[in-house]
Amino acid sequence: MAGQGSLRLSRKSDDVVVLEKDLSTEQMVLSMGPQHPSTHGVLRLECLTDGEIITEAEPYLGYLHRCFEKHCEHVDYPAIVPYTDRMDYLAGINSEMAYCVAVEKLLDVEIPRRVEFIRVIVSELNRIASHLVAIGTYAIDLGAFTPFLFCFRDREHILNMLEWATGARMLYNYIWVGGLAYDVPAGFNERVLEFVNYFRPKALELQQLLTENEIFVKRTKGVGIMPADVAINYGWSGPMLRGSGVQWDLRRNDPYSIYPELDFAVPVPDGKLSVVGDCLSRHLVRALEIEESLKIIEQCIDKMPGTEGFNPRAAVPKRVRPKAGEVYGRAENPRGELGFYIQSDGKSTSPLRCKARSSCFVNLSAMKDLSRGQLIPDLVAIIGSLDIVLGEVDR
Amino acid sequence: MEEGKILSNAVEESGAAYAVIHEKFGEAISAFDDNATMPFFEVQDTALWTDIALFMRDHPKLKFNYMACLSGVDYLEEGKLGIVVNLESLGVFSHRIAVKVKCPRDGGSIPSVAGVWHTANWHEREAYDMLGMPFDGHPDMRRILCPDDWEGWPLRKDYRVQESYHGIKVPY
Amino acid sequence: MIHSALPQFSMPLLMGNSLNAWSDALAGFSPAGLPVGLLIIAAIPLVFIALYALTYGVYGERKISAFMQDRLGPMEVGKWGILQTLADILKLLQKEDIVPTSADKFLFVIGPGVLFVGSFLAFAVLPFSPAFIGANLNVGLFFAIGIVSLEVVGILAAGWGSNNKWSLYGAVRSVAQIVSYEIPAAIALLCGAMMAGTLDMQQITIQQSGPLGFAHFFLFQSPIAWLPFLIYFIASLAEVNRAPFDIPEAESELVAGYFTEYSGMKFAVIFLAEYGSMFMVSAIISIVFLGGWNSPLPNIGPLALNDMTTGPVWGAFWIISKGFFFIFIQMWLRWTLPRLRVDQLMYLCWKVLTPFAFVSFVLTAIWEIYVP
Repeated sequence: MAGQGSLRLSRKSDDVVVLEKDLSTEQMVLSMGPQHPSTHGVLRLECLTDGEIITEAEPYLGYLHRCFEKHCEHVDYPAIVPYTDRMDYLAGINSEMAYCVAVEKLLDVEIPRRVEFIRVIVSELNRIASHLVAIGTYAIDLGAFTPFLFCFRDREHILNMLEWATGARMLYNYIWVGGLAYDVPAGFNERVLEFVNYFRPKALELQQLLTENEIFVKRTKGVGIMPADVAINYGWSGPMLRGSGVQWDLRRNDPYSIYPELDFAVPVPDGKLSVVGDCLSRHLVRALEIEESLKIIEQCIDKMPGTEGFNPRAAVPKRVRPKAGEVYGRAENPRGELGFYIQSDGKSTSPLRCKARSSCFVNLSAMKDLSRGQLIPDLVAIIGSLDIVLGEVDR
Repeated sequence: MEEGKILSNAVEESGAAYAVIHEKFGEAISAFDDNATMPFFEVQDTALWTDIALFMRDHPKLKFNYMACLSGVDYLEEGKLGIVVNLESLGVFSHRIAVKVKCPRDGGSIPSVAGVWHTANWHEREAYDMLGMPFDGHPDMRRILCPDDWEGWPLRKDYRVQESYHGIKVPY
Repeated sequence: MIHSALPQFSMPLLMGNSLNAWSDALAGFSPAGLPVGLLIIAAIPLVFIALYALTYGVYGERKISAFMQDRLGPMEVGKWGILQTLADILKLLQKEDIVPTSADKFLFVIGPGVLFVGSFLAFAVLPFSPAFIGANLNVGLFFAIGIVSLEVVGILAAGWGSNNKWSLYGAVRSVAQIVSYEIPAAIALLCGAMMAGTLDMQQITIQQSGPLGFAHFFLFQSPIAWLPFLIYFIASLAEVNRAPFDIPEAESELVAGYFTEYSGMKFAVIFLAEYGSMFMVSAIISIVFLGGWNSPLPNIGPLALNDMTTGPVWGAFWIISKGFFFIFIQMWLRWTLPRLRVDQLMYLCWKVLTPFAFVSFVLTAIWEIYVP
């Protein structure tokens, strides 16, 4: 194959057979990352390239491995919460939520209703922030700089609100096992509503600037197509799976917290604007989910119980010591299904085994198949559409 | 409350799924553990694990097409290593079930299911990386998170960290 | 038609009013047999580029992008950050000039130089005002088109000499892109040359002067001229590697393309060359289609706006403003559009721009022959 270039027979139609001479020469190994602008962190791809075409790309992980699972075996259940923040650092609250859902399943505690509402509001805010980063960095990957800064401008408002409520901008430690660290500050709901009203037109503007851009559509449409059955077999989840046309959202299909009471749609691409399963579909799903999250926030603020006799830490156990058993609890993160497999021996206050099923890790595992035969710019478009956070991939 | 009701339904459904598998494989799998948080069964005859997995994926009444999670676990008291696999049927049925597969701590191995669910590919590599049991028939059995020349299996309960790695002091 | 009478210039300053008076006088100025005048002629565009690159190029690009992105841009150094570029230059001067050990040293060093010379040489034939042109060649336009190709050599030398795979990718992409886009660009410029009947830049400009201001510009002389104008503008974006055709330096794909390994002053020189060629293509498009140094204002009855705004200094003002206007559009596009893919870029060149350039060539020829 290498060297002189090979001869190849290809059949153009029934009676026309073409003899093609390949100009392919020696393949070049191209190491992309771990320091590369578009690998979104410290991912390394070892690509075999034939000119601009990638024949094989092997991902190498572990540059950000921080022994999350080993740490978990040595600290108490509540002390694991800050570690979960550091996994998917763009959506810390959602990670806390997933972990607490898992532990509370094992503990079987009753959570005050207001706590649930606050949890949903902050996690949906964080979901919007995370999707804004995903969309913005995706725009940068494709060479459009301005949408990125528009996204970050609006994300800044969300981070400011979350900082006001939780005291931290990215690593919150806000959702505790059985409750919350604090109640939200007075006037928080009004400010959130103000943001929702401010943000709606801005989201539309972003849509017009990026999603309706001819070059953007040309770069993403039909690139990196993942069929639905393969996506399921790969264990894809979240916007990635929905981008392939599978209407699967854990908030709907394995409900937790107060999501069953809320009215929201699970957007999937209809195949009109994009080819179902391509990079553009995944982008569209994220863009549409932002709108759904805004709806959820509005409903939560509308239905939220008052503060009378409310203690955010009322149901927080003094010492978390679940009965012996195992649980696999999970929640819908901005990047897909974040699950925690927790094994408790019923005696210790720290888990026997705590395994994080990271959505990015699973989504990224399809990279090798997705990248085969793509151009280098398409590879960048595909990595961007996977929306990986290396903190969660490596844990 | 209502939450509890949903849960018990879920256990019932997994029980029904278990019955189908038990019918086919009989003594190769253990009795069904119908706890409320994570109903599971254990594969007794480890060599049959790939066949069971294929059966679970393809049987028209089971269709466990989605592997949510594969966690490697160290059972120090039993002297075994194992995996816990959380499976569910995405879009076809609403049942989900967990499967445990175990192998001896020293020199044991588990058949790979990377050919059944692609998800298992990297998860099995991770389990191998952390606990050190190889998966037979895995297409690419290498460490994934730790460096290739790392010593020991970090998630084993009796793991002692190595003194130095390429001249860098490890415990700090 | 070619030798239209020179318009009567008003004289805002006490300078010679014959064509190229300043530059001819300077060229002849050689005290003690030294060609000091020629050096000054060469130095004027150099100083101009340096100043423009400093003030408008870098600072302007930052402020314009900041304006478009809802932020402030540089604000710390000096009032509104106007000294920021100066601080950057000082920083770049102090930086260590790294030549990678495995690089081909000769090519690595010569690359930025060739690049700079390529973009700078074309300034020789740009008529900056009715009284100033560096070298009044009778094939000025041809020279300008030809000398830009020299940049390709510089880019290839920089990319190959760096001995870096990303640089090589950038260089190869860049060469493919520039060589391809020269074809529609040159054909589009040829349409302008056909309308003028000459390749002399100064003559092309003179053909477009008249009391009605902008109405004499080639762009407004024939409706067909819009087609080569647009084709040349798009192709010129690709020739100077600006977005959406910045694939040779696509930072998200190729890190920084052919100048990945450069630092310090070599990096600054590459940047200067980029801004230099940005102005150059903008000046060429304004000379060929928008009247160069001619004032766009018409004489309206007794209000002789055109006469008032014509002259050597006004001429320089007009051509530089026209150039800046096109640079502004280039920046505007850069901060709005995503990047095309390699194959899409080639598709656009060979299957869209080149055929349309040929069509506009034929149409212009027909127009010039049959429409008086």
